[in-house]
Amino acid sequence: MTTELLAGLNIELDAEGFLVNADQWTPEIAEEIARRSGIEPLTDRHWTVIDFCRKDAADQGTPPTIRRITKNTDVSTKEIYQLFPKGPGILASRIAGLTKPKGCI
Amino acid sequence: MTTVLEQQTTGLAAGESEQEVTRKVAIICSKGSLDMAYPGLIMANAARMMGMDATIFFTFWGMDIINKKKVDHLHAGLLGNPSSPMPHSIMGLPGMEALATKMMVKKMEELDIPPVSELLEILDDAGAELYACQLAMEMFNLSTDDLVPQVKESITAMDFWEKAEGAQIVFI
Repeated sequence: MTTELLAGLNIELDAEGFLVNADQWTPEIAEEIARRSGIEPLTDRHWTVIDFCRKDAADQGTPPTIRRITKNTDVSTKEIYQLFPKGPGILASRIAGLTKPKGCI
Repeated sequence: MTTVLEQQTTGLAAGESEQEVTRKVAIICSKGSLDMAYPGLIMANAARMMGMDATIFFTFWGMDIINKKKVDHLHAGLLGNPSSPMPHSIMGLPGMEALATKMMVKKMEELDIPPVSELLEILDDAGAELYACQLAMEMFNLSTDDLVPQVKESITAMDFWEKAEGAQIVFI
């Protein structure tokens, strides 16, 4: 666990870069985590995914899998890999301030 | 002049050290039963989900997974399988394997696991590379038209090793 200065705030991150305290998440922190993961800037399409992840995690108590994201938004599998080229399974959740998704698909 | 050169060299070294090595997996699918098809495909998809490169090489009975006529009709391989939930004397009766397959497919649907043909589409969209074994194509008298469109090409065993350079290899 490390404490990093993100968007002017001291934020605790776990070994894989996920927020330890979900309450600390802000859109500015999302931009900063994305930038560190090579995504800059976050576009409306990224936000479609991030907003769905946050809403679904709040409803279900666990972050959505990629299959769940592509089935419930207008973002296709192809597009989600273009939006998060270094691995949408990890990155979408990390940027959305959630935990690592548990699903396999 | 020397200073400029040094700066350039330093800049290059810094850029290089920042480069991340992308993990890579190459999976050989050699079996065509439902229970042998899913593990390879799901492992490859999971690799892509976390940003790893994934290559799948279909060979021998694994060709059924990418055969247009067979992909949606793969059977659960329960005969000759010590983990079979029923005695072999019963599993061998007509219709039992079809029943077991149906039950497995139903359970997969409940868990929102896509059918094999859809999983191949997802893998292709996700950027996984699918290859057919050239020798197996010849052995089973298959042409490119017999295969699902997600297969990039048919390659030889030596081609596979070239593509798999630096990858972790999984044989199923």
